Amino acid sequence: MKAIDAVSHIPYARFLGVRMEETPSGLVCVMPFHRDLVGNVVLPAVHGGVVGAFLELTALLQLVELAGEDRVARPINFSIDFLRSTGPRETRGRAEIVKHGRRIANVRVIAWQDDPDKPVATGIGNFLL
Amino acid sequence: MTDKPQTFAMQALFGTDQDVLVAHIPQCVRLGISVVKCEPFRGTVRLPWSEDLVGDPVRGVVFGGVITTLLDQASGIAVQCSLEEFKAIATLDLRIDYLRAAEPRHDLFAMAECYKVTTNVAFVRGSAWDRDASDPFASMLATFMLKGPLDPGAWQNAVARNEEILRAEEAS
Repeated sequence: MKAIDAVSHIPYARFLGVRMEETPSGLVCVMPFHRDLVGNVVLPAVHGGVVGAFLELTALLQLVELAGEDRVARPINFSIDFLRSTGPRETRGRAEIVKHGRRIANVRVIAWQDDPDKPVATGIGNFLL
Repeated sequence: MTDKPQTFAMQALFGTDQDVLVAHIPQCVRLGISVVKCEPFRGTVRLPWSEDLVGDPVRGVVFGGVITTLLDQASGIAVQCSLEEFKAIATLDLRIDYLRAAEPRHDLFAMAECYKVTTNVAFVRGSAWDRDASDPFASMLATFMLKGPLDPGAWQNAVARNEEILRAEEAS
């Protein structure tokens, strides 16, 4: 199974409305803005938890793409840094597998909106394969 | 500790079933998150089971990131419940350890405790469980930035104004 197929098989990925795009620099996850994703109506901004979940999903889908397995890797831990407010726009994410061991994979993720050089959040996590 | 406040901005909202704290947050409304308890330095929230939130269809387990939302929400409440005056807050970082899989088809709970507040930063720890608080499936550490004081009236107006903006954007 490839990541593009996996998206349609993961109910929560559908819940977030996430889709995959193949780009020259690799796989990119795209989360369109929807009012239901808002966590702060004053700014307004996407809920921090949703941003974190999107990062974790991006990491997971990158692992699916690499391994091509039907089994979804299990997260052991995940750490998120929130760098900027995530505004009412499309959010994009890209994951990099730092280490792919026999049992554990370490994955780093970056999410941005308008400019990839101005990330809104970064994440890093360990996954049990 | 001598630096803990004696009076709280949220005093009037301390108690159980304080859903008013999340009723204006679209993502919480969409997920059905409710506030079980709101007390000094602590917030406890509940997420009803939904098939939509599954991350691993084979095992039927909720997606880990959903727990992030639940714990982030509990943390935000814990921070607000630790302040002497209303302030805008923002999550700076949050780390989750997934101790075990959450029970499928079960409501999930999260409790966060703000254990230290400084001028600019609040430090929070928390955990999430399904059946028993003493047997959590996830634990969390987070820090929050504290911003300028917030006048509750001005905040209500901003909520209303931005609701309009969001509706207009969605219509276009």
